[in-house]
Amino acid sequence: MSAIATDAIRSPARLRLSHPALIVPLLLFLAAFYAYPVLAMMLRSIAEPTWTTENFRAIVDDPVVFHVLWLTFRVALIVTVACLVLGFPVAYVLARLPPATSNLLMMLVLLPFWTSILVRTYAWMVLLGRQGLINQLLLALGAIDQPLQLLNTTFAVYVAMVHILLPFMILPLYSVIRGVDANLMRAAEGLGATPFGVFRQILLPLALPGVAAGCLLVFILALGFFITPALVGGPRDLMIAVLIQQQVDLFNWPLASALAVLLLAAALIVFAVLARILGVEQALGRVQR
Amino acid sequence: MSSARRAYRAGPGRGTVAVAALVFLYLLFPILIVIPLSFSAGTYLSFPPPGFSLRWYENFFSRSDWVDASLLSLWIGGAVMVLATALGAPAALALVRSNFRGRNLLVAFIISPLIAPVIIVSIGIYFFYARLGLVGNPYALVIAHTCLAVPFVVINVSATLQRTFWQVTFPIIRPGVLAGALFAFISSFDELVVALFVSGSTAVTLPRRMWESIRFEIDPTIAAVSTILVVLTAAVFISAELLRQRAERLRAAILLPDPPESDVMMAPR
Repeated sequence: MSAIATDAIRSPARLRLSHPALIVPLLLFLAAFYAYPVLAMMLRSIAEPTWTTENFRAIVDDPVVFHVLWLTFRVALIVTVACLVLGFPVAYVLARLPPATSNLLMMLVLLPFWTSILVRTYAWMVLLGRQGLINQLLLALGAIDQPLQLLNTTFAVYVAMVHILLPFMILPLYSVIRGVDANLMRAAEGLGATPFGVFRQILLPLALPGVAAGCLLVFILALGFFITPALVGGPRDLMIAVLIQQQVDLFNWPLASALAVLLLAAALIVFAVLARILGVEQALGRVQR
Repeated sequence: MSSARRAYRAGPGRGTVAVAALVFLYLLFPILIVIPLSFSAGTYLSFPPPGFSLRWYENFFSRSDWVDASLLSLWIGGAVMVLATALGAPAALALVRSNFRGRNLLVAFIISPLIAPVIIVSIGIYFFYARLGLVGNPYALVIAHTCLAVPFVVINVSATLQRTFWQVTFPIIRPGVLAGALFAFISSFDELVVALFVSGSTAVTLPRRMWESIRFEIDPTIAAVSTILVVLTAAVFISAELLRQRAERLRAAILLPDPPESDVMMAPR
């Protein structure tokens, strides 16, 4: 350790490797291969076949599309609330454990987070299928006579999406709750507050920035979910991302672009709220940890 | 312990701990359940597996469509790792060390591929590549994945960089760069949505092949692939985590004006 330190201090600072220009290659790369394609796609929504608002009017006029937008919004909302309700106790317990234990348990939250979404969705197909573990178990227990239709339902979409998005809720909650002084809660309890009173009057208000960050993040990600609803949802559970993909396959590119613009606008609005609460970098940093 | 003492405990109550334990089970169980299934002797997915066999692993390793897809994904992941690190690490240095107008906007732009719904990025890139005749080109897939992987490098490197003096920057960021590179690799290796649009029929990656298997085949090969991926992800993830911890220890040992917690606190800037 000390060898590294002395070595480093001896090395001259003449290499100004931290020059702002170092960012230029990345910016050019992203501008050409990310920003330009996305902007060109967005332009397509108003410029094709000619300059027109036709594509957006088609969205508003089509009851099917309108239903999809409403369903997407509803699923994202319910998934967000479910993640909050399930994630809060976990974050709280993790935050109050000794660091060694909580680090270990945190790995258990992060491992599913890094496991392929495809693998996690597949796991739910295995569990919820007609021959799946849950149906087999219920049949063996005599709770049901016939396998239940669990897979390809809205229920399956909720269960699998909450499973995939929970870590995004737990991580910001955990980092905020860890900073809440346990003495405040002890004091409240000592003064006679009920456990629920402590939660409502001390913990929840102090954890609010984490709640906001987690909810907005989960909501944005849920809005654009594609893989999970496509695999475990039923034919009636068409979410916007799946609809976009279908329109692309049908070569209805301008309509697909218009839908994408709507989705992006929704995500940007939610993100702006997030950035306002947390500051841009904090909001962005949250995505990873 | 007397009841008076317990009243001052101010930790999570038993009910909270029980709920947390159930949520942990919910998080982990589905991933673990795939593992025994992959060793099934049966032709269909069934509980409990009718017997033990390695036939689905044999199937995976003997079929060229699976092996080719895996090799392609490894190759693309490796290329993305190198390219994303080469572009992202210097950019992170520039961002952390300097304070120019519009800096926050640039950070938001660079990291936006993480937050923008993937479907939007995917169709944007797909329309672009379709016009250039690049659909099905593996190099084009490397470029697309790099856009999505760069934020991981930038975040990891700048997380290790913050508030350290330049003289000690290099030894300190090395683990951060490695962790960022590993996450970049995994993000490409797992990526499906862009690949669905852009890989065509000539650049079929492993997730794309898995997607087809899940939709159109029902044999347990996919369970074997999933098991391999869970193990691989765990290995990469644990390495990256150890690197990150090493970065924090290094920083702690060398100077440390700030506790590492400061990165995750909600301090307004």
